[in-house]
Amino acid sequence: MKTVFAYLKMFYRRMAVGFSIKTVATLSELMLPYILSHILKNVIGSHVSDIILWGGLMVLFSATALVCNITANRMAAHVSRDFAENMRKDLFAKTLALSARQTDKFTIPSLESRITTDTYNVHSFINMIQRMGVRAPILLFGGIAVTLFMDAKLALVMIALLPIIFVTVYFVRMKGIPLYQKVQGSVDNMVRVVREDSQGIRVIKALSKVDYEHRRYDTVNKELVGKELKAGVVMGSVNPLMTMFMNVGSVAVIALGAYFVSKGTSDPENVIAFMQYFTLISMSLMAVTRIFVMYTKCAASAGRIAEVLEAPEDIEICTKEEYPDIKTNAHIVFDKVSFSYNGKRNNLSDISFSLKKGESLGIIGATGSGKSTLVKLLLRFYDTDSGSIYINGENIRTISKERFYKLFGSAHQHDFLFADSIRENISFGRDLPIEDIERAAKIAQAEGFVSDLPDRFEHKLTQHGANISGGQKQRLLISRALAAKPEILILDDSSSALDYKTDAALRRALAENMGDTTLVTVAQRVSSVKDCSIIMVLDEGRIIGIGKHEELLEKCPEYREISESQMGGAIVD
Amino acid sequence: MTDKRKKGTTEEKRSKKGVFFRLCGYVLKYWYLFVPAIIFTLFSNQLSLMGPKYSGDAIDALAGESVNFAIVKENVLKMLVCYLVSALLSYILSVIMINMSQRIVYTMRKQVFEKLTSLPVGYFDTHQTGEIISHISYDIDTINSTLSHDLVQIMTSIYTVIGSLVFMWNISKPLILVFAITVPAAIIFTRYRSRLVRPLFSTRSRKLGELNGYAEEMLTGCRTIQAYNREDTVSGRFNLRNTDAMDAYYKADYHGAITGPSVNFINNLSISLIMIVGGILYMFSQNGTVQEGAIFFITLGGIAKFVQYSRKFAGPINEFANIITELQSAFSAAERVFAVIDEQPEPIDKTEAFELSDVIGRVELSDVTFGYTPEKTILKNISFVAEPGKTVAIVGPTGAGKTTVINLLMRFYDINDGSITVDGKDCLDITRASLRKAYTMVLQDTWLFKGTIFENIAYGRENATLEEVKEAAKTAKIDGFIESLPDGYDTVLTDDGVNISKGQRQLITIARAMISGSSMLILDEATSNVDSRTEMKIQQAMNRLMEGRTCFVIAHRLSTIKNADTILVIRDGVITESGNHEELLKKGGFYSSLYNSQYE
Repeated sequence: MKTVFAYLKMFYRRMAVGFSIKTVATLSELMLPYILSHILKNVIGSHVSDIILWGGLMVLFSATALVCNITANRMAAHVSRDFAENMRKDLFAKTLALSARQTDKFTIPSLESRITTDTYNVHSFINMIQRMGVRAPILLFGGIAVTLFMDAKLALVMIALLPIIFVTVYFVRMKGIPLYQKVQGSVDNMVRVVREDSQGIRVIKALSKVDYEHRRYDTVNKELVGKELKAGVVMGSVNPLMTMFMNVGSVAVIALGAYFVSKGTSDPENVIAFMQYFTLISMSLMAVTRIFVMYTKCAASAGRIAEVLEAPEDIEICTKEEYPDIKTNAHIVFDKVSFSYNGKRNNLSDISFSLKKGESLGIIGATGSGKSTLVKLLLRFYDTDSGSIYINGENIRTISKERFYKLFGSAHQHDFLFADSIRENISFGRDLPIEDIERAAKIAQAEGFVSDLPDRFEHKLTQHGANISGGQKQRLLISRALAAKPEILILDDSSSALDYKTDAALRRALAENMGDTTLVTVAQRVSSVKDCSIIMVLDEGRIIGIGKHEELLEKCPEYREISESQMGGAIVD
Repeated sequence: MTDKRKKGTTEEKRSKKGVFFRLCGYVLKYWYLFVPAIIFTLFSNQLSLMGPKYSGDAIDALAGESVNFAIVKENVLKMLVCYLVSALLSYILSVIMINMSQRIVYTMRKQVFEKLTSLPVGYFDTHQTGEIISHISYDIDTINSTLSHDLVQIMTSIYTVIGSLVFMWNISKPLILVFAITVPAAIIFTRYRSRLVRPLFSTRSRKLGELNGYAEEMLTGCRTIQAYNREDTVSGRFNLRNTDAMDAYYKADYHGAITGPSVNFINNLSISLIMIVGGILYMFSQNGTVQEGAIFFITLGGIAKFVQYSRKFAGPINEFANIITELQSAFSAAERVFAVIDEQPEPIDKTEAFELSDVIGRVELSDVTFGYTPEKTILKNISFVAEPGKTVAIVGPTGAGKTTVINLLMRFYDINDGSITVDGKDCLDITRASLRKAYTMVLQDTWLFKGTIFENIAYGRENATLEEVKEAAKTAKIDGFIESLPDGYDTVLTDDGVNISKGQRQLITIARAMISGSSMLILDEATSNVDSRTEMKIQQAMNRLMEGRTCFVIAHRLSTIKNADTILVIRDGVITESGNHEELLKKGGFYSSLYNSQYE
């Protein structure tokens, strides 16, 4: 909460000016009833010119309120605009900087909603509080102060009423909140059925299950309606209750007023004036509760935003004293690396290997054997639990981010393409010259289909590259990985959608053009790794075979089994 | 040009009117709730209007020479009754309205959902799931809140406006003329402003949408962005959009900020004018220029009351602009919902269509031509025969039309030209449901829903017993895994299916296909997301499934293709080669070049 409101600090001056202008506007509006009663009491019946004069004064105050309100509202909009811009900017940058572990914990959809909905909520609140936050309190506290001054005993009736109203509203809301949470749960259920059915419509129609689905949907629909009704019936009592309390209060003022007047401790004019203030105060009380409700909503959002902003730096750059260099002529060294995502069961255990510059490593194994995890550790998305990873003899924990990620080019199975030109998807904000991009596309076997497009490299992809095929996506991702001529190239299951012909051509082109590059390939096909300098077979996070293709065929039964099963694998994409 | 625009706006108006009347239709269906709601609104408002009158009487009673306790007591009691009953009525009213709106919302959701399931499958290819969900949840929610809150407010407002107008009319007719100037001024002003400001607000929500879209897109790639150390570049681009969106936001607010205070000003102005005009009239009434009973006559109390009622009168007018915007957003939400409800469903079966039964499984396509849109033909003159129990493998590059053939077999779409027959009967003469029942599909995207494993497998046939489900699971070689789970067949599959692997999901869908017992099978056998050891297992299960059935396979694996009775090579919507494996290899065409590439 504090973290979020700290962003307001730099606008305090501007907000103070805005508040002052708003105060002038409110006071001008408050002048109107005074002048009005003054006209009624004293002016009416004198001269026409006087009436016009005081009437004109009312118009003048109205105009002042108009100008001041517009100015203050505009200033409020400006402050909240700047505030939201700054905060969202930092929030987005921070979100991108989160470590993989932190991202896993927050989850991507939740991070998304923090940048969008939550920021929007806080933005609206900051805007609203500047508009309403002055007027309502001035009326509420000003009103109470004046009445206390006028007649303390009658004022006590009103003051006694305030806590009762507050507590009642509070309790109804407290009762309502869990009910709304239940509503939310039912909404999720309903949305789930709609989502499932729109994804599985072919299966549903093929099995003629339409009626069954109607019944399934009807169950969740009924459940949702029931819960909404329940919540609505509870929350619907808030407004009638509040109005009732305030009206009963005004009745009490009259009843007590009559008693005091008869005793001579008060007079009728006071009671009349009191009734008018009572309306004023109750209106502003309504406004204050509304602000209060909006505040709880905003506070929840602000808390969620602060959680991200305050998240500690997870992946730290350490000193060479802590993690000293080793002497080696190898490019990449894994030294007894173990790692676990959840801290319970190891996803990788005791992995050691070393790879010289220009060599290639092929990793193969069943789903869940730890292939991609190994790559993620090499890219330092996660830190190892034990053991170390070295590049050129330096522990990767000691290498600065800029230097570290320049070493790599990587393509993953379901990697990221975005709505922009093919050229930008390959260049990826690195401002690479077009020659490099064309060269990379050529090696990655993407040149063919790109040249077939009317606007070639300027062709726009849609979100997630939905307008090109799976094989084409993978070729673009590999182009991206190659384009900056990295020292280390990582292909993490990134040619699974390519047919044999293209895959073979890709391997050939890589060998011819990227000889100096150290290559790490994760694959499911033996044919994709069989020419690697070292092939590693993983099973449940352990190395069960390491060596060259021929050696493994001989020594490692699992490798042989995979290899044999793949005779006659996929031949078309 | 101008003519065209004019036409556009009148059409728009008509459709707005249509939406309004349709919404009214929903409300009127629940007249037994709506009519009491109106009555309750009237009573509750009348009571709350009467409260001040009694308080006035009570104050008069205590303002005299001595306090008349009897009258004070009587009026205080009357007030109490008024306020308590009014509170009770307004609570009952809101309960009635919630009941009504929930019933309407229930019906709308049901209508939308049932429409969705009757739409051609193509609808789901062209509309994103998120969009569909937003119609059925957000749009209907917007309508709901308008029905349950705004409707009451509108009724209350109308009552208050008319009520106070009547009171004011009784007090002084000439003073009402002040409103004849200011009310139209307020309405014209807000309309003019909103016409000016509305495009700004739509730009603002568009820009905000773009910003959200960009944030979502980039966040899905956050690991890649880190791997290339592109955080700063991406943040920079995000900030451009952020600034853009915030500027649009500010611009809308900047111009929108005028409306509220201006309407307020117009109201204050009318009160000032009432004071001036009223004051002058009062002077003439005092000095006898205007006689009592004449139209211009007014008393001091009359002016005071008139001002009070004019305040009551102005309140709803102030809210007018807000309610209009809320109504507008509800209308456009309703428009979107109705658009779904009005969507063209799959054409109904011919009246003389018959049920397909006792299927042998001979399928013949002759000269089939088809395109999803008239401009683009996807399949051209496709002809082939699938004999009962034989396997037809369809091979070809992405986008060649393989999936389209499947869509036509299942009649997800109807052919433009040519014919498809099953056992010699034209598909167009068969009911869709019975035709589809004759096939079983196993698709590349495994589709499971949240429910137990039993329910997911039994989905293939109504009233399947546990024994039958177990038998199917055994044949699909997934029974061992299911039995090993703590809850066995009662294990609930969660949305994201984290508790089982992709391969196991596929085996469950195969078990579902096993149980359906239809004589024809459609397979999309791509298994690129599964590792080879699991793939072998799936393949064995598939082979069991294919036994004795006529099979259409979008084939990826060489073993399937090799063993198929007929291989169709489709390129650019035309069958370029057909025959069995040996025949095609001898031909030396596209197929043989594909086949030989694996040995390179």
